[in-house]
Amino acid sequence: MTASPTVRSELLRQRSRSARLFLLPMILALAVVAGWPLLRTIYFSFTDASLTNIDAAKWVGFKNYLSWIQLKSGRTIYSGLLVDPAWWNAVWNTVRFSVISVALEAVFGMIIALVLNAEFKGRGIVRAAILIPWAIPTIVSARMWGWMMNDQFGILNDLFMRVGLIDHPIAWTASSDTAMIAVLIVDVWKTTPFMALLILAGLQMIPGDIYEAARIDGVHPVKQFFRITLPLVKPALMVAIIFRLLDAMRIFDLIYVLTPNSAQTKTMSVLARENLIDFDKFAYGSAQSTLLFLVIALMTMLAIWIGRVKLDGGER
Amino acid sequence: MTTIRMQDLRKSFGTFDVIKGVDLEIEPGEFMVFVGPSGCGKSTLLRLVAGLEDITSGTLAFDEKIVNSLTPSQRGIAMVFQSYALYPHMTVYDNMAFGLKLAKGSADDVKRRVHKAAEMLQITDYLDRLPKQLSGGQRQRVAIGRAIVRDPKVFLFDEPLSNLDAALRVATRLEIAKLHAKMHETTMIYVTHDQVEAMTLADRICVLRDGNVEQVGTPLELYEKPQSIFVAGFIGSPKMNFLTEQFADAYKTDILGVRPEHLEIKDKDGLWKGKLLLAENLGSESFLYIDIGAKEPLVVRQDGSAHQQPGELLCVAPVNNNIHRFDQSGRPAAN
Repeated sequence: MTASPTVRSELLRQRSRSARLFLLPMILALAVVAGWPLLRTIYFSFTDASLTNIDAAKWVGFKNYLSWIQLKSGRTIYSGLLVDPAWWNAVWNTVRFSVISVALEAVFGMIIALVLNAEFKGRGIVRAAILIPWAIPTIVSARMWGWMMNDQFGILNDLFMRVGLIDHPIAWTASSDTAMIAVLIVDVWKTTPFMALLILAGLQMIPGDIYEAARIDGVHPVKQFFRITLPLVKPALMVAIIFRLLDAMRIFDLIYVLTPNSAQTKTMSVLARENLIDFDKFAYGSAQSTLLFLVIALMTMLAIWIGRVKLDGGER
Repeated sequence: MTTIRMQDLRKSFGTFDVIKGVDLEIEPGEFMVFVGPSGCGKSTLLRLVAGLEDITSGTLAFDEKIVNSLTPSQRGIAMVFQSYALYPHMTVYDNMAFGLKLAKGSADDVKRRVHKAAEMLQITDYLDRLPKQLSGGQRQRVAIGRAIVRDPKVFLFDEPLSNLDAALRVATRLEIAKLHAKMHETTMIYVTHDQVEAMTLADRICVLRDGNVEQVGTPLELYEKPQSIFVAGFIGSPKMNFLTEQFADAYKTDILGVRPEHLEIKDKDGLWKGKLLLAENLGSESFLYIDIGAKEPLVVRQDGSAHQQPGELLCVAPVNNNIHRFDQSGRPAAN
């Protein structure tokens, strides 16, 4: 008996040694493809780097973020990312897009998951079919929708005109009134299946006998959803929403392809790329990328923290 | 006080008939146990009474009122599930009060009824806990409590003890017996595959087999006068010995049934002779497996532990001619 603790700790040491060994390749790969670029980006955001001559970058401190000069008249002129209206427009676009798209996806995903959770013939085929929008590469679906939303040849305008919903063709992706709506439609169409799948997994964790008990208690179906199904699927739903929110905050490809150069839809990622590549303001773009990274990192930490708080004290 | 009457009750899932025409009347305040092997349709029959399954044909009446198309809550029933089926996100109190609150009971009335039921089941201390913080036995009490607060006309149990360990099963069985005594005006139906539960709890037992009623009667009736080989073999543990050929011929019947407890070892002049194959010692009693030349070894129950050794030659005879005679069809033979 006296020997057992040392034997066990030796075993434990062996285990953690092999665990570290197995983790090493992954950590190395992450360091090369994620860690190094991230550090470089943060570094460049404090320099005056230009795409044409990256190596000549000089340290400029926080100038890209915020700088000011005092004029002789006593007026102070601020410049830099934190006072750039284009940046704050992109932030607002990103937040607006994320909140609306994730909210819609959560509602539609829940409805679809509830339908798919019911027993009916051909459920397997429907479950597979519903995933198709999600499986199509974003570039392809963005182009596809781009054509469908075309003001002259698009099927969407044709349909709506025939039905009588609109009396003249709408330039969905080009018009400043509808560009964000167009992006939202495509993103909801594309990502709702993912949401539905995650929620469906949560729904299937709920034991069926609870619903029988509810029938005996005489619970109205609407009440049954809000008092039984929703509280029980909430953990899965919250995970899905947080995943999607983090994902939506860095949206790039859909907007880049569907509505290029639209101030109404330009998000943080799109703006950062524009500065990095198109405008040759490499340092400024790096600063934007760094801020975007900080925002998402903060949200992730918040999500994890909220999740842990719930685990500890949330459930009585 | 509710009478339950089933007339030619049938249930099919697709082309598969589960309940094949059940006629049964359950008296007001009676404790009726449905018993049978798995797949006999006993749980389905209970779910038909509960309203959790649609009746394919036939009628189900509570007090002469046909309830075929009423929802479970309209039928005034309460049910205890094998898996407890508690709402995992609600406290014990809320689990019990949920149905009442929905039925627009006054807050005071709900509170009073929940506390009364909780006291009856001794779960008052756990009212603020979640189901996952309770043991299996406590959970089952909460499930029973949730059923009690509904003040049901008909109380249904679907194998409520199956998920409990042996000691707890006996204790909870006693609780249910006490509950029945307290709620003697409530008609209760209890489904089990355990014939000990059936024998100890039931006023009357309904033995089901392949979707048909095999026999209905008090526990003693079933034990003493089984109307078929199936019932004779199902009720009693260990099961009845069945002998054929020369053993049955001696009693002028096709199949002879003798319960292990109705056989005794004789020093000599036994009716049947054979070698002892195996002796199972339970302390208070023992079971002897004797090869008397029949198809299966004869099981004999004996008080106290067995002193006989395997291989020993033993003589056996039925006590007081306590035997059952069946014909080829498995029905009791006419005298």
